[in-house]
Amino acid sequence: MGKSRKSKIKTKDLNLYYGSFHALGDITAGIPEKAITAIIGPSGCGKSSLLRLFNRMNDLIPSARIEGEAFLDKKPIYGKNTYVVDVRKKIGMVFQKPNVFPVSIYENIIMGPKSHGTKSREKLAEITETCLTQVALWDEVKDILKKPAQELSAGAQQRLCIARALAVNPEVILMDESCSALDPESTMKIEGLMLELAKKYTIIIVTHNMEQAIRVSDMSMFMMIDDKKIGRLVEYSATSLMFSNPKDKRTEDYITGRFG
Amino acid sequence: MRVNPRTAQKFAKGLIWAVALLVIAVLLFIIVFILYRGLSVINWSFLTEVPRRSGRAGGIASPIVGTLSVTLLAVLVAMPFGVGTAFYLAEYTRGGIITRIIRFCTESLAGIPSIIYGLFGFIFFVDVLGLDWSILSGGLTVAIMILPTLIRTSEEAIRSVPVTYREVSYSLGGTKWQTIRRAVVPSAIRGIANGLILSVGRCVAETAALIMTAGVELAMPRSVMDSSKTMAVHFYTLVMEGLSTRNAYGTAAVLIILVFLINVVANMLINRFVAKGR
Repeated sequence: MGKSRKSKIKTKDLNLYYGSFHALGDITAGIPEKAITAIIGPSGCGKSSLLRLFNRMNDLIPSARIEGEAFLDKKPIYGKNTYVVDVRKKIGMVFQKPNVFPVSIYENIIMGPKSHGTKSREKLAEITETCLTQVALWDEVKDILKKPAQELSAGAQQRLCIARALAVNPEVILMDESCSALDPESTMKIEGLMLELAKKYTIIIVTHNMEQAIRVSDMSMFMMIDDKKIGRLVEYSATSLMFSNPKDKRTEDYITGRFG
Repeated sequence: MRVNPRTAQKFAKGLIWAVALLVIAVLLFIIVFILYRGLSVINWSFLTEVPRRSGRAGGIASPIVGTLSVTLLAVLVAMPFGVGTAFYLAEYTRGGIITRIIRFCTESLAGIPSIIYGLFGFIFFVDVLGLDWSILSGGLTVAIMILPTLIRTSEEAIRSVPVTYREVSYSLGGTKWQTIRRAVVPSAIRGIANGLILSVGRCVAETAALIMTAGVELAMPRSVMDSSKTMAVHFYTLVMEGLSTRNAYGTAAVLIILVFLINVVANMLINRFVAKGR
């Protein structure tokens, strides 16, 4: 890789607990700006939990407790004076399943901007066109914007979800196994889209698909639970380096398919 | 002896079908029977005249008005409290002591016979607050009575909204209130409306609590401060005091048609205005 970029997100000794269960232990990492970082590892190692720490989605779980620090552009994500809505505006998220709302395509896109006070119809229409164009969906849906979003194919729905996240004008996009519910062709389209978006946005993906990590990501984080079942960051390096020359034995075992 | 699974399957299927058919048959029989006896009584003057000679003659215009106004009042009063409590329970608490107290109270309230509500309404609204026997006293009493149903059904409707809707709204930077308004309410509204329809049914059918609070006046009420018999109460006296079985059937038929109409209209309204695309 060799691209040395400034860190968009930084974590320092970040720990996550669900009640008495210690889910993530001492995660310290810097996520490079305008690049794709992949979080990989076997099921249950805390990949999604880590991803959800960045936009504070774990706040929704009553028993979740966080120790340590995380920063977005040097500003604390879990600071005392941090307004969680501001964090989520800057860090958008795309989920595993294409979870469009059962309303029209247009209403799905404008949901975010409307919450943040954009009212003018022209402005909303402009946002809709820009965001749908960015995900290469505009030509396909420009005549059916008022139709229920659920009538689109799963792949198109997922691209709509990405457009919906873009409509809030985020700086970071989190993607939680966003291709795992899709067919290979739709997956390819989304991956192409990720590469395109990485020119403007910082992207972090969780994937169980190592080929996908190799195809799209610049950096890779390998996570695994230790003997106390605490999710740890085992190895973090440029993707090309990790897959050609893993430093840790556990990483090597995982990427060569010996477990996981 | 072991029963052949295929025989058991056939037997179970037959049994379940038989039970379902029997239930439908009984319900249909009741409705058809009452409509058969009652429809012949219904004509324009039956619907537009007030009862004469305690209901032996004349129509049921005032009980119809009484029923509708008590029901409307009860629903209008109970809805904000019931739905509000449901949102509090489903969205704003994390199962603490307050939640348990509310739940215990609503469950206890649901199990109390309606005559006890009547007694409470009589003592509190009619006597202490001096509202007298009136549509207002009756409406408020029934409002308390339908609260548990309303809270329970609304809470269930809110909880059944997929978590992913909430997650999406939050991930887009929505506040809790925006999430409730944009992601939760549109999906829960049908369930909440069903709870309302159930509650309306209870209001329309109520007798014991209303005899003690709305009173038994047969003249046309002019305000919510007037006493008025509801149709169910009127029906009850017509039968129990042997005044007119014929008019009792007529009243029952109108009552059934009214409930049916309320259901149809409510569903139409939901489909038309709130459930588009959902």
